[in-house]
Amino acid sequence: MITVLFVAFAAILVVSSLLVILHRNPLTSALFLVLAFCSLAAIYLLLHAEFIGLVQVVVYAGAIMVLFLFVIMYLNLGHDVESGVTLALRRGLGWLLGAVLVAEGALLITGRLAPGPATPQALTAAAAAAPGNTQQVGLLLYSRYLFPFEITSIILLVAMIGAIVIARGLREPAPAEAPAGSAPVTAAAPEEAPGEDA
Amino acid sequence: MTAYLPILIALLVAVGFVVVVMVASSLVVPMRRNAIKNSPYECGIEPVGGARQRFPVKFYLVAVLFILFDIEAVFLYPWAVSFRQLGLVGLIEMVLFIVILFVGYLYLLKKRALEWE
Amino acid sequence: MIAFFQDPTVQIAFWGLVKIVVILFVMLGIVAYLTFFERKIAGHIQSRPGPNLVGPWGLFQPFADILKLFLKEEFIPARANKILFHIAPILAVTPALTSFAVVPIGPNFIVTDVNVGLLVFLAMSSLGVYALALAGWSSNNKYALLGGLRSAAQMISYELALGLSTIGVILLAGSLSLVDIVHAQSGTLPFGPLALPRWFVFTQPVAFVIFLICAFAETNRAPFDLPEGESELVGGFHTEYSSMKWAMFFLGEYMNMLTISSITVTLFLGGWNGPWLPESLQFLWFFGKLFALIFLFMWVRWTFPRLRYDQLMAFGWKVLLPIALLNVLATGAAVYWVGNR
Repeated sequence: MITVLFVAFAAILVVSSLLVILHRNPLTSALFLVLAFCSLAAIYLLLHAEFIGLVQVVVYAGAIMVLFLFVIMYLNLGHDVESGVTLALRRGLGWLLGAVLVAEGALLITGRLAPGPATPQALTAAAAAAPGNTQQVGLLLYSRYLFPFEITSIILLVAMIGAIVIARGLREPAPAEAPAGSAPVTAAAPEEAPGEDA
Repeated sequence: MTAYLPILIALLVAVGFVVVVMVASSLVVPMRRNAIKNSPYECGIEPVGGARQRFPVKFYLVAVLFILFDIEAVFLYPWAVSFRQLGLVGLIEMVLFIVILFVGYLYLLKKRALEWE
Repeated sequence: MIAFFQDPTVQIAFWGLVKIVVILFVMLGIVAYLTFFERKIAGHIQSRPGPNLVGPWGLFQPFADILKLFLKEEFIPARANKILFHIAPILAVTPALTSFAVVPIGPNFIVTDVNVGLLVFLAMSSLGVYALALAGWSSNNKYALLGGLRSAAQMISYELALGLSTIGVILLAGSLSLVDIVHAQSGTLPFGPLALPRWFVFTQPVAFVIFLICAFAETNRAPFDLPEGESELVGGFHTEYSSMKWAMFFLGEYMNMLTISSITVTLFLGGWNGPWLPESLQFLWFFGKLFALIFLFMWVRWTFPRLRYDQLMAFGWKVLLPIALLNVLATGAAVYWVGNR
């Protein structure tokens, strides 16, 4: 039964991931990515990684993809707008990164880069005794991996400041303008969008 | 992991129910379409321009900030369930974590990034 | 064949299916009558009788409504994205029913107890954004697009405070399992000469208020019903929907209200815990609290005016979010202090 479920979710994951890159409509691609994230979450659950599985849905499907959706709706992309050199460059980079990823996967499968147990035995034992997967994550994350955790907050802080700087930079320096809260149809970014309608 | 099976079943039942109801309804309802009936609703007048316009960067900023605070919230769940074992160290860590992010939040307020003029 | 049915996984799947189907039909019945009571309550609040013609006291009104919706002509706007237009109503109903699978209704009626139950609910409610955003975008209608975008921004803003307000409860219960959270609320709490029930609403009042406000916002109900504010956006994201597809959004809204109220009861109001009843009937306490909460939802809807959009966003980001964060730290400090006294 578990094997059947695993095969089913793996198949959904592979097919939807392929459709993400093969589908022409960006919004549909984004939705297939949501489906891919959800089936990945299901595979995590089958591997007893409950916390990561649900967080996968909450963060990736529920937050990051919402941003993607906003951007696609906001930029009004009905079709691929790239062409010529940029597109070729991007395709080349894509193939390069894909090759690196495949190589990494191959190395991991053959076991040459397999990560060893980085956590001291005593801590792993204490975490393994915890009643749930979330507790296990918590006990390790907030003791052994304390420093990476605190660094995360700095990274989030940097991201927050970066987002504001970019968003404010696109606007005119004048602090107050026309009321946009009730009728947000006025474009705020100065650069021109290619193509008004899809 | 079989405890999650009913959740999957609930998902399938919900999708199946909606699809069945929508298909059943579309089989019996009249469908007499014409160009005017199918034009987008615009309070009775002729539709002006396309619907897909561009939106203020504000919405995009809200989504970015949502991701950041959502990740912060996600870190709080494992902390909360293992808090009793972590003790004072856990409390101090989390105060530090939240204070660092609160600095970012104050910056948001300062830069009026949360204002909807 | 018999060996197949004796497989424990198949057994769990089978009983899960039976319970889910029961829940689905009970929910449909409840939703049908919630629409009736919503109109009755609205009527009485506004000094008019409400629906009273179909059947005695208008009791058959929901059936008339359903039949009407089922037989209405449906149309799809000419330049809509057809596939997404049909998928959006499915996404409106699915998360609500799915997260009901982890709600402990009574000691003898738990569909499934997973130890990240609360995260299942939060994950499902975070997926609720898609139905509205996609309905708005795929309709290719100005009002629908504005409504969809607004509601998406509103839902994600209030989801933050919603998620953060549950942390206090988890700190007290020490678990993400909703069944454990209910068990942690059994018994009484000494309070001077009185004995309060050990419900988290008494130990986490701030979190309860934040959660309730966010629940109103997440279900897009008044005073947070801007996504469908009729006076400015016609019908909001579902402007172009008709017939059964529109009914699915309506059903989704009420199911969401049921689900989020059930989670509120589970997290803050003690779930099935209550005096006097034997264990087999304790689910009645759950339903009693659930309907009291839903009455509050309706009462609020017909009493408060709608917020303005800038007020709505400012309230979520500048009031609820910092208070929820402070509540987390304060609760953490209190739990530590009590544990080491």
